[in-house]
Amino acid sequence: MLWSVLPRKLRALTRPVAAKDYWNSGLKKRIAVNAFHAVLVERSGKMAEVDRAFAARNSLEILLEALGTENSLIVFPEGTRGNGLEVGPFKSGIYHLWSRRPDLQFVPVYLSNLNRILPKGEFLPVPVISRVIFGPPLQLAKGETKESFLGKAHTAVCALKEV
Amino acid sequence: MNFKVDHQMFLILNGVIAGLIVASLVGFALSRRAKSDDRKVTIDNLNARIRAWWIMIGIFAISFVIGPAGSMLLFAFVSVLALREYISLISTTRADHRTLFWSFFVFTPLQYWFWYQGWYGLAIILIPVYAFLFVPIRLALAGETTGFLDRAARIQWGLMVCVYCISYAPALFTLNIPGYQRQDAKLLLFLVIVVQLSDVFQYIWGKLMGRRKIAPSISPNKTWEGFIGGIATAVALGTSLWWITPFSPLQAMAMSLAIALMGFAGGLTMSAIKRDRGVKDFGSTIEGHGGILDRMDSICFSAPLFFHLTRWIFVSPHPSWFH
Repeated sequence: MLWSVLPRKLRALTRPVAAKDYWNSGLKKRIAVNAFHAVLVERSGKMAEVDRAFAARNSLEILLEALGTENSLIVFPEGTRGNGLEVGPFKSGIYHLWSRRPDLQFVPVYLSNLNRILPKGEFLPVPVISRVIFGPPLQLAKGETKESFLGKAHTAVCALKEV
Repeated sequence: MNFKVDHQMFLILNGVIAGLIVASLVGFALSRRAKSDDRKVTIDNLNARIRAWWIMIGIFAISFVIGPAGSMLLFAFVSVLALREYISLISTTRADHRTLFWSFFVFTPLQYWFWYQGWYGLAIILIPVYAFLFVPIRLALAGETTGFLDRAARIQWGLMVCVYCISYAPALFTLNIPGYQRQDAKLLLFLVIVVQLSDVFQYIWGKLMGRRKIAPSISPNKTWEGFIGGIATAVALGTSLWWITPFSPLQAMAMSLAIALMGFAGGLTMSAIKRDRGVKDFGSTIEGHGGILDRMDSICFSAPLFFHLTRWIFVSPHPSWFH
């Protein structure tokens, strides 16, 4: 959906990041990979501690590779659909991405009403009007800590909610 | 529900196009003369509105020439878009989801299907009775009790205004008035022309000489000058169209007045909702006008009254003592 509002030229360079456990089967995979050029990564939620660290590092490598020199990634830092009422806490993935590639620009995007179109667990959509709101890229200092980085990102996304 | 395009319709459509050409020329002349920034904004909005009118009238004319099925489909689509704007604006919760799905994809098509089949009895009770009961039942089954009555009423209201009331416009095709068979389409033209002219002239009179606000807490743009000038102009033009209707000139005048007054009431009521939700327009679908619902609000309120007045006087089998 975010992808669909981008200009055609940018779409080819923009790849959504999606959860492997959800998107990695049959038709879903074909749509995700062929149509959207998606990057599939493991979600670490249900794994043991050791596997988790390994999977996270592995995912980071996959993302860095997908970024290359000219691509953009669409990342959902909440890692889940949430309850749709407020923006949930952000996972640390984007921080690690930034610490490896400090030249990246992080553009906050807020998707309004998405949870009203198709709430988690529903399969029939309702045609409610949704808006995709882009904010200015995050202003980041050099040695930003994980907490302050994620805090800034979170604030930037929440600010768009009021627009 | 028979239909043919006759000479009178042709004349009317030509008249509408001529009116639009005049409007476009005036808009162009004004944009040449506008000096201050403030005026420029107003004139740009005016010209955007006129451009949108060309498109709206084009779509309407095409659906109209296709016949009843075309108009039913067009208005059904308009209902979906209007309901979409309405639901997007008011707040609904996750527990309302399935009920909303029913509203969009079952009740809306069914409403228009009943009219298309000419099932008058079903069409006029589907939403006020059956959807009215169904909505709270489905919400109760969803199990969430917070704000129950509020949530039910919001959905019921949306269905009534956006689906039920709008569906009365193409329902005019089903009237089948004695001595006016196969010509009901012109009643729809009459309704749409009078109601929209009333809106347009209220806007024009209001811009030209509007001073005293009618309802400052609801809409800053509605003035007594605009109201009186707009309604008077719409009634005068509506009366002059008596020859395309089954009405006498006097009846056409009364009908135009009823349509214009209800149209104004519709605009005012829908403005109250927008005000409550803190927005100016229901959407941004139509350039210069706002959303579909901003353009349809007056039709929502005038179409049912116009339909039933016409049906009551010209169609329904009155009991023998009536005559």
